[in-house]
Amino acid sequence: MINVIREPLIFEISSPGKTAVKLPELDVPEKKDLLNGVPVRNDIEGFPEVSETEITRHFTRLSQMNYCVDFGFYPLGSCTMKYNPKVNEKVASMSCFTSSHPLAPEKLVQGNLELMKTLEKLLCEITGMDAVTLQPAAGAHGELTGMMLIRAYHTAHGNPRKYVLIPDSAHGTNPSSAHICGYTVKEIKSSEKGTISVEDLARVMDEEVAALMVTNPNTLGVFESDICQIADIVHAKGGFLYMDGANMNALAGITRPGDMKVDVLHLNLHKTFSTPHGGGGPGSGPVAVKKILEPYLPVPVIEEKDGQYYLNYDRPQSIGRVKSFYGQFLVMLKALAYILALGPKGIREMAEVAVLNSNYIRKSLEGIYHLKYDTPTLHECVFSDKYQKDYGVSNLDIAKRLLDYGLHPPTMSFPLIVHGALMIEPTETESRRDLDLFIEAMKAIDREAKENPELLKSAPHLTYVRRLDEVQAARNPILRWEKKE
Amino acid sequence: MYPENLYYTKDHEWLKVEGEEAVVGITDFAQKQLGDIIYVDLPQVGKILEAHQTIGTVESVKSVSDVYSPVSGEVIEVNSELSQTPDLINKDPHGQGWIVRLKIKDKSEINNLMKAADYEKYLEGLEH
Amino acid sequence: MSYIPISEKDKKEMLARIGVDSIEQLFSCIPENIRLKGDLNLPAPLSELELLEYFEEKGRKNSYEKYLSFLGGGAYDHFIPAVVDYLSSRGEFLTPYTPYQPEVSQGTLQVIFEFQTLICQLTGLDIANASLYDGATGAAEAVLMAYRIKNKKRLLVASNLNPEYRQVIYTYTKNLGLEVVELPYEVTGKIDKKGLESSLNFETSVILCQSPNYFGVIEDIKSLADSAHQHDALLAVVISEPVSLGLLEAPGKLGADIVTGEAQSFGLPLSYGGPYLGFMACKKDFVRQLPGRIAGQTVDVEGRRGFVLTLSTREQHIRREKATSNICTNQAYCALRATIYLETLGRQGLKKLAWLNLQKTAYAIEQLTSIPGVSRKFNGPVFNEFVLEFPEAWEKINQRLEEKGILGGLGLGKHYPGLEKCALITVTEKHSKEKIDRYVQALKEVLR
Repeated sequence: MINVIREPLIFEISSPGKTAVKLPELDVPEKKDLLNGVPVRNDIEGFPEVSETEITRHFTRLSQMNYCVDFGFYPLGSCTMKYNPKVNEKVASMSCFTSSHPLAPEKLVQGNLELMKTLEKLLCEITGMDAVTLQPAAGAHGELTGMMLIRAYHTAHGNPRKYVLIPDSAHGTNPSSAHICGYTVKEIKSSEKGTISVEDLARVMDEEVAALMVTNPNTLGVFESDICQIADIVHAKGGFLYMDGANMNALAGITRPGDMKVDVLHLNLHKTFSTPHGGGGPGSGPVAVKKILEPYLPVPVIEEKDGQYYLNYDRPQSIGRVKSFYGQFLVMLKALAYILALGPKGIREMAEVAVLNSNYIRKSLEGIYHLKYDTPTLHECVFSDKYQKDYGVSNLDIAKRLLDYGLHPPTMSFPLIVHGALMIEPTETESRRDLDLFIEAMKAIDREAKENPELLKSAPHLTYVRRLDEVQAARNPILRWEKKE
Repeated sequence: MYPENLYYTKDHEWLKVEGEEAVVGITDFAQKQLGDIIYVDLPQVGKILEAHQTIGTVESVKSVSDVYSPVSGEVIEVNSELSQTPDLINKDPHGQGWIVRLKIKDKSEINNLMKAADYEKYLEGLEH
Repeated sequence: MSYIPISEKDKKEMLARIGVDSIEQLFSCIPENIRLKGDLNLPAPLSELELLEYFEEKGRKNSYEKYLSFLGGGAYDHFIPAVVDYLSSRGEFLTPYTPYQPEVSQGTLQVIFEFQTLICQLTGLDIANASLYDGATGAAEAVLMAYRIKNKKRLLVASNLNPEYRQVIYTYTKNLGLEVVELPYEVTGKIDKKGLESSLNFETSVILCQSPNYFGVIEDIKSLADSAHQHDALLAVVISEPVSLGLLEAPGKLGADIVTGEAQSFGLPLSYGGPYLGFMACKKDFVRQLPGRIAGQTVDVEGRRGFVLTLSTREQHIRREKATSNICTNQAYCALRATIYLETLGRQGLKKLAWLNLQKTAYAIEQLTSIPGVSRKFNGPVFNEFVLEFPEAWEKINQRLEEKGILGGLGLGKHYPGLEKCALITVTEKHSKEKIDRYVQALKEVLR
């Protein structure tokens, strides 16, 4: 990364009269007074004016301040930062797809509809579920949609119910989605193994509980081995088993949520199916369901008749729409390209190597970093800073020091049940050399923690900016550029 | 180190009784746990509170904590200084960092609260 | 195809270090009875060449590109300068995660900060978030936000708001015990003032309108804002064609409290409906109720300017079930494209673009309504969309136009019973005079 040029805001390099685009001249007679009586603006105050050279350099320089998967190892736990194949980008930029208007007559976009339907079918096969909606825009949006389906079912059967059960290891979107769906969240404590206790669950599960939301494998990377029993307990009281599919990268081709008696789950195409994260979106969060919930899926539903695909809006039990149009279409194309490139054996190998890589890291760092739960893990493992705390060093300091080694740190903000968490998910697309570089860096940082803790506490030292004052940012928020008076 | 003239709760609020009124804040332990306070959500004057009901929230950069009323009563004043300088809670949690003043409804509820020595013992227990 | 850089030799050595004999053993925590016994029933893997051929073949089943289209209604076909595609295709923008480590994410964070600034400048409001999924979810988030601020269960939603946006609002509010009341429209195509008066009371949290609305008509934002404020309610304005903001007064300057909408027009291709780009801006007093990520400016330990995600205590990862929204990712990459697009056009460019849209639309209206039997349905002022009424059902006319290679507009009958003879027609800078004239000629022939 270039450390020399301090790139200003575009507004600070703007000067009057410049533009980076040449628009066509008006080719129809100009009319005056078209907006009579309507408040118009004379100017867009503060809007930038720059040339094409300046635009190109500005964004090229900004890009060079970013760490990314194309550059290096990105072991953010539960985020599945795998390599994003380039052919998928090529597919999603074909003009036959990018130029389609979403309200075009169905007969003119048969290719789009067929591809979406194909993706739905392949996702059903991978998850062992009966039907899929591709409409949700992201994982959290999928969760909300999934919970709405559950609520619609219960409502149609006389009682929407009151509660949703969520383990304390869950990601924050789970309780938030349940809440927005009108439910009160009851948290269940994890057992000593870091999993759901069947006994505890049986105690709290009753006929006012709409669903249990589980992440499997959970955010510790631990598979809920009692999943079928858990499903039985929930089903016995008429509840649904919701699975957060954030960690499907550990399971695809090995086992299927549908076979674990899961009733509804969301997938993250931007995790398991390799679509790029784009610095925070667009994602895509398809929801897969069993037959029992299919009538409630959002409209429209893609259907086929006599070789023609069409959008069916006539679904009286549907929860309605959750988004305009049909979802993140280009993201779907990338995920489909990925599944078609991998095939059944490739999908299985993806999960196998993801789990192998994670266990390799876990074994290599065990004893050096503290493992709160020694239960076997799949695609990710969660260490903590407990040993390094003795030297006054926290997980944040370790993370910041990793930046100096040219590596991206693990996830730290959750699971909440591990203090000072370092949640590591390498994915299958890392070479052994890259895994070893990370392992060696983590070992070196542990040594530095003992010998020179200040070096960590003041890290990073080699980045474009050093540690930033987040307290000031929140206390006196500056959320936009403003012209100096 | 905790002032003898205050009463304490298990949720780390303190209560200072002044006749029929009382001042409420969060303890030094609580502010240390939270770290740099960036925002305090204050209630409306006139709000009627039951004991253990939420008065408002205190936020640091990466956490949010509810503040519960140690006793029942009516909010008669809020510390409006906190809107501009929430870090008063960090600098002087038991003094200038007070949050609300209540008119106490039932003085007997004070008996449910801890004295300084008990609170310190309670904190020792938490650290294990 | 495989994207796995671990060789068979690596696997053996790694398994040895882990202390197991096979990869199979690593999965022993999964009960035998739920393990797949064979392969998934998926198509055999394709090479890169075959993959491209597969998609090209499916793409040929799309014939939309062959038509001259005047479709809009929430998705707009605007010209995208080459720098937008070129710069946004960089892996440094495409392949990072949400900027949780600000020291190595200053590119993304500065882009978000610039995006927020541009949205504030366009909307005339104090603060904006880093983006939302799309205009429809933005509209739903706006009414929920207004409800959090005002805490009153009545929400007034314009019936000339994009029908899909209305549907999403219903889906979002259904489970929360809120009362959504639709406001009728009048002959101008604007919200009916009498209808508004009879629905608006002190139990109302918000009036949500769209401008230009679904009929393309520009609303009287100032008067709606005054009505809302007189009843202790907020005015939220939805903008689904933000190019209009190059000419129209910023809604924030006219009294809007929240402005949200769809920014697909800013450098995102139509893409059969997604990914698009929701945006939201509001007055600064409401910052704590604003959903979604927000970037803010600060300094590093050496006093240099830098940017971070801030005010995150509003969000789900901290506040969990009490969060302002469950939103997690936004549409950062789409916001990047919009930022490049807007900065490329700049102050003069966006103004000129808006002017081109306005003028060409006026020309199209003039030409089309000169055909006997064709008239404007609503007489309010429009930007680049308008509703025409035809002598017979639009579906029939539409069919005959299609045979001539023209997609002449969106029929309104589906969402507005009684408007079966009406269509919504959209004109942008991509419609040359020649194209507009072709439409006029075709329509003349069709109606003969």
